[in-house]
Formats: sequence, structure tokens, C-alpha cells
Amino acid sequence: MIEQIEQEEMKIIVFQLKDKEYALPVNHVKAIEKILHITRVPRTVPFIKGVINLRGVIIPIIDLRIRFALDEQVYTEQTRIIIVTLDGMDAGLIVDSANDVIDIFMDTIEPQPDVVGSVADEFISGVVKLDKRLLILLNLEKVLNPEETLLSVKEG
Amino acid sequence: MDMNQYLEVFIDESKEHLQMCSEHLLELEKEPQNLSIVNEIFRSAHTLKGMSATMGYEDLANLTHKMENVLDAIRNQKTVLTPDIFDVIFQAVDHLEAMVMSIADGGDGKRNVQEVVAKLQRIENGESPLSSSNDDLSLPAGNPVKKQEQDSIYDEFELTVLQQSSDQGFESYEITIELRDDCLLKGARVFMVFEILEKSGEVIKTTPPVDQLEEERFDQSFKVTVVTKESAENLQKKIMKVSEIDKVIITKLDLSELRLAVTKQEEVETQSKTLISNQSSEKIVEEKKTKNGKPAGNKTIRVNIERLDTLLNLFEELVIDRGRLEQISKELDNQELHESVERMSRVTGDLQNIILNMRMVPVDTVFNRFPKMIRQLARDLNKKVNLEIVGADTELDRTVIDEIGDPLVHLLRNAMDHGIETPENRLQNGKPEEGTIFLKAYHSGNHVFIEIKDDGAGIKRNRVVTKAIGNGILTAQQADTLSDKQVYELIFASGFSTADKISDVSGRGVGLDVVKNTIESLGGSVTIDSLEGEGSTFLIQLPLTLSIISVMLVEIQNEKFAVPLTSIIETAIIKKADILHAHNQQVIDFRGKVLPLLFLKDIMEVPTVKDEDDFYSVVIVRKGDKLAGLVVDSFIGQQEIVLKSLGEYLTSAFAISGATILGDGKVALIIDCNALIM
Repeated sequence: MIEQIEQEEMKIIVFQLKDKEYALPVNHVKAIEKILHITRVPRTVPFIKGVINLRGVIIPIIDLRIRFALDEQVYTEQTRIIIVTLDGMDAGLIVDSANDVIDIFMDTIEPQPDVVGSVADEFISGVVKLDKRLLILLNLEKVLNPEETLLSVKEG
Repeated sequence: MDMNQYLEVFIDESKEHLQMCSEHLLELEKEPQNLSIVNEIFRSAHTLKGMSATMGYEDLANLTHKMENVLDAIRNQKTVLTPDIFDVIFQAVDHLEAMVMSIADGGDGKRNVQEVVAKLQRIENGESPLSSSNDDLSLPAGNPVKKQEQDSIYDEFELTVLQQSSDQGFESYEITIELRDDCLLKGARVFMVFEILEKSGEVIKTTPPVDQLEEERFDQSFKVTVVTKESAENLQKKIMKVSEIDKVIITKLDLSELRLAVTKQEEVETQSKTLISNQSSEKIVEEKKTKNGKPAGNKTIRVNIERLDTLLNLFEELVIDRGRLEQISKELDNQELHESVERMSRVTGDLQNIILNMRMVPVDTVFNRFPKMIRQLARDLNKKVNLEIVGADTELDRTVIDEIGDPLVHLLRNAMDHGIETPENRLQNGKPEEGTIFLKAYHSGNHVFIEIKDDGAGIKRNRVVTKAIGNGILTAQQADTLSDKQVYELIFASGFSTADKISDVSGRGVGLDVVKNTIESLGGSVTIDSLEGEGSTFLIQLPLTLSIISVMLVEIQNEKFAVPLTSIIETAIIKKADILHAHNQQVIDFRGKVLPLLFLKDIMEVPTVKDEDDFYSVVIVRKGDKLAGLVVDSFIGQQEIVLKSLGEYLTSAFAISGATILGDGKVALIIDCNALIM
């Protein structure tokens, strides 16, 4: 059983944030959009940039740079919103650029090394080494923790 | 095999079948002799059994199986329906419902049902379901002859006659007369038997009816019920003198037993006398339902509400594009483009109506659980109540339907508990023993009204006033100036609900503030009318749909917000110089009232880009009786918008009740005035 899973292939979406490449399993990704008009939602945590209209559905947007405590950057032509879904919960992640869709073998995923960089460990579920690239697999559950938005609303 | 993919269908259909069971049981209770209803129930139960066995829910299947056995016995007339048996079957259905709910909530559908299974088993064995004390209710097992003979049912009139005759010392007999196989002149024999009977007593009832007897439309035997002072033996001898008669069986009638068997039927009869007008409309609904329920004539399909939402979302995109196209066509001024865009606008307009209508559900889906609830409450409280439902086919948006159930349950319970008096009290006050609760739904304009009316005790003004003064909600002076209606409104005050003793003082007010809040959160309102001693009426007004609301769009700096019209009293422009200060709070004098000013710019933390001018645009909003002025930069105008939630991730943001998409495709937030006013 375990053998089988390890042999399995996984499609991942690779995106850029500052100087590192991150990855998300494709089954969590609904769409990749160029930057749209974002309506600010007052009194929420800073990393929630607001909401957008994605084909009639209102979707909250998280700026991953702020979420990961990296320095903010002005959105450019390359900036993308990755629409992700987790247990019926939709959200958009703002990233510097979306680079690639690639297949990886499950057994190439390694547990996160102790030193990954500036991103808090809790957001990372593992790393993948691909030739000379190092892809950081995101832990979507942690990134999209609705508790954190609620808490901040109460405090506000 | 993986059953999960069928789970949703299974749950939906089980609920449907159980609902059918409940409805039919209530019907059967009204006409216990109608075996076709038993058949319907049996069919639902049978399907349910099959489904749950396939899905592997053994407990569910077992209980259904037991229930089915009892139903089978009833339909084959092996068991006579008594109120006790009804109770047990209802209990079984309740358990089944609980099991299905548990499965729907992700549980395993297991439940301790031994008690009810044992009861069902006893009924199946022909014993009384309660085993002891109530022996007189069920027929002793092992006396099939008697059972068979008891199955003729007497109506209220016949029973009264029987009762009166027995009071005067007459005996009632049920006589079964069997003619010989070779009897040629059956009609003549019947005539002769009748002549004998009429000399010695009075014929109350015949089975089959007299006209059929006269036309010889019966087999070899017929049944006659007589009241007489003669003994059974004498009667038998006299009848046996008529030639060509094979057998005469005479049974003495036990009136108390008959009474019990028909109590339920009686109720129906009284009901039908008082409510003839409503029955027709009810019937129409019922007919409709049976039509829908039959798979053969089924012209509807089940659609997941999420798919409808998706459809609506896609459609809105289309509407936004339509707006852009209209704009472009105006600018280009091309006749052909004009025409096709115009045609497209018309078609999309129609489409919009259709899509919105798809979300409409008849209010019956909420109402249908009430008859059973009222029946149970009536038994628990020892009250006689007739629930009358009108307009169950009135349609409401699905989202409203989902929310309205609890407030209605609350109001109905209130009416049962505190409105309707005990049968003894009612008789004393010169009212019919049986109270009536009237549940009515109807459309009017852009709203749906739901009325809950009872002919109970009504609300006692004095008691409400006393309590209100006691609670400090009101002063004695204020109380005198209030109209009756204003006094009744007080029972919605939250202070009333928190006081435990209120239920035995005014009889109403326990948790009614919750009802009011729920209804108001749906954009509706509730009013009370009452006449002491004659009953109360609660009138609920609801918007047809929650997904479209009227708002006032306002602008603050470069951002647009929507304020629901239901919260807005009016708009005003005020001079900065007119602002007063009180307790660090800026206020204005609005028609003699002091209103606090809320600066939306600060509350919403809008970044400043433009300079302010000397005038403020103010939206006067309310929450209940409290008013406040929302300061904005400018009004854009009134608009109908489609309400959307902020999504699962952002379930709640401060003072924001949702969002909408404007004509330019951008999102505007809807301000929740209730959160702004304390």
C-alpha cells in the first residue's frame, strides 16, 4: 500500500515568491488569474487584501508575501492570483508569478529541512528537489486557517 | 461496493418517504378505516426498508421491517387500529427520522429502539402495545370472530343513538345473518328479517347499506345493528323462523370500546363541519403533491442548490457583460448592433426571472412537519387542537425557507402552550372544546405573509403592562399612553424573555425576542394582534427572496458601499456647523431627536484621498427604535443588488453583512447597520 503511494506521481503548480519557488498540489488549485480589482474589507488582518469577483463568486484574497512576513511589493504584470480551494473553502493567493506545472514523484518529497529561510516552518509541508531547483511545498491548511481571520476580527 | 456516492440520494429519499409516512399517518388518524392510506404508508415503509438494507443500515432496516409487519397486519385487517397503535407507529417514525438525521450528519444511524420494537412486536402478536392496564383498548388475542365483527365503524350520529338507547335500557346488538347458498329471493328474505327486527326494536345500521340490500347487492351474509329490549336468544329464534336462513350470529355491542375506536374519526367530522371552506384548498395541494410524489407522473428533477448558485453566478457575469455591450453599442451607434443587443437584453431579462424562480420552494416543505408536531403537543398538553394550514403551496426563496422553520415552531408552540386553553376551560368559556390554530401563507406584492392565528385566550394587556413595569421596560405613566398593539409588542422585548416567570404571568414572551430577531435578520417583520379571550394573531412579513435586496449605494472616498434600504429611514445633507457634541460623540438634531453620527470613513478605515467639503451626506438608519446617522461622502443611488456572502474563509467581517457585484464587475460591501448601532 505504502509502496504504491510513494510511486505515485503528483502534479504541482510552481510559483515564485521573492527569491524562492513554492508549490501547491494541482488538485487544490481552481484557477490562476491576473491581478483583478480587489475590494478592501475593513477591519481584517493585514494579509487579507480584500475580496474579488471571480466570475460571480466573491473570493477573499490573501497576500502571501504579507502572510509569510516577507517585504511587500507593488503588483506587476507578472503578479498572479492563485485561486485555491480547501474543504469547500475558496481563497485567492497573491504570488509574484506563476511559473510552471510539473509532475513530481511522491517519493521525491522530503521533510522540510531545518533551515528553509524566512518563511515560518508551520506553512511548509515538505520540499522537493528537482535538478537544481528546490520547491517548497505549502501546507494549505495552515496558510488558510480561518481561525486567524476570525480572531483578528474579534480583536478589531 | 462504495455506497458513499448514493448516500445523498439515500438521505433525500429516506426523508421524503418518512415525510410521506407522517403525512399519511395523520390522514389515517382522521379516517382509520381507509385502507388505501395504510397501503401508501406500507409502500413508503417498504421502500425505505429496502433502501436502508442495501445501504447497510441494519438498525434502520430492522425497525422499518417491524413497522411494516404491523402495517401489513392492519391492511389485512388482522389488527384494528387504536390510538395506542398510532402512538407506537408515530414513535417508530420519529425514531426512523432520528436515525436518518444521524446518518445525514455523518453518523452510523444506530439508535436504541428496543422499546418501540417490543411494542411493535406486541401489536403484531395481537396484544396491546402497552401490555398492561390498557387491555380494554385492544382486542384480546385468540378471539378472531369478535375482531372481525368489530370492524364495522359507527359514525358520531349512530353512536349517539346507540348511547342514548343504552341509557334508556335498550341493548345494542350486531347481528350477522347468513343466508343459505341456495337462497333464491335474497331481497325478500332481507325484507322479512327487517320486518321482524322492526317489530322488536330499531335498526340503526346495516352493512352493506339498505339500498344495496334491497337490490340484492350482497353475498350470502349481511349485518344489522339494532337497539332492542329483547334478549339475544329471542331475537335469534325469531329471525331463524324466516326460511332459507343458514345462520344468525348475535353479538352484543360494547359502547365504550366503539367510542375509543372512533374518537379520532369523530374529530375529523367536527373539523370538516367547521372547516369546509379550507378543505377544498387543502385538497388541491394534496392532489398536487400526490401527483409530484408518484414517480410515473414525475416531471421534476432534483437539482443541487449549489448548482443553481453557480448558474446564477454565471448569469450575473452575463448581465455585467450585457451592460458593457449596451454601453459599447450606444457609443458605436450602429443600428444592427443596437437591435441585437436590445434583443439580448430582453432574453437575458427573462432568463434572470426563470433562474430566480428556480430557487423558489413551496413553504409546504416547512409546514409539512407541523401537523405531527401539533398532534404530539396536543397529546402532551392534554389539549384538543385542530391545525389548519392554508396556502402551503406559496413559494419562497430556498434561503428564506431554511431560516423560517425555527421561528414558526416557536410561535406554534407558544400558541399551543399559552394560547389554546384546556378543553375544560374552553367549554366553560363557551368555546368549542377543540381549539383551532390557523397557519396561513400568502403572497402580497413583493412579500410573503405567514399568519399564525389561534382562537385561544389572547394576551392580557394588564399582565403584560404589570410585567413590563416590573422589569423596568416601561413606567406606569408610559403604560397608559400605549395602544393595545404597542403593549403586545412588548412581549418581543428581550427583557421579557429573560424573565422565567413570564410564562405563567402573561403566558407569552419566552424567547419571542429571538423569533423577532431571526425574522428581522431575514429582512422581515412580525406584528401581533390579540383580543383577550378570543385569541391572538402573529403576522410575519418576509421578502420573497434573500438573494436580491434593495440598497442605497454610497461612496466614501473612492470606495463604494451598499446600505440595505430596509435599514434606511431617509437621507439628509447637513452642514458641518450643525453638528453638536455630547459625551465625545458627535450628534445632530434630527426633527427634535438627537442622533449620534457615525463616520463610515473611520469605521471602515477608508484611506483618505479626497478633501472633505462643508456638507455631510448622512444616511439615517435604524435598528429597531434606535436611530443613527451614517456619514458618507456622497449618495450614488438606489439599486437592486444580488446578495453574496464573503465566502467560507471570511465568514464574518465587522459590520459587513455580505457583498455584491456592481455593474462594472467590482465588488461592493454591504454595511450591516445592526452591528453599527448598539
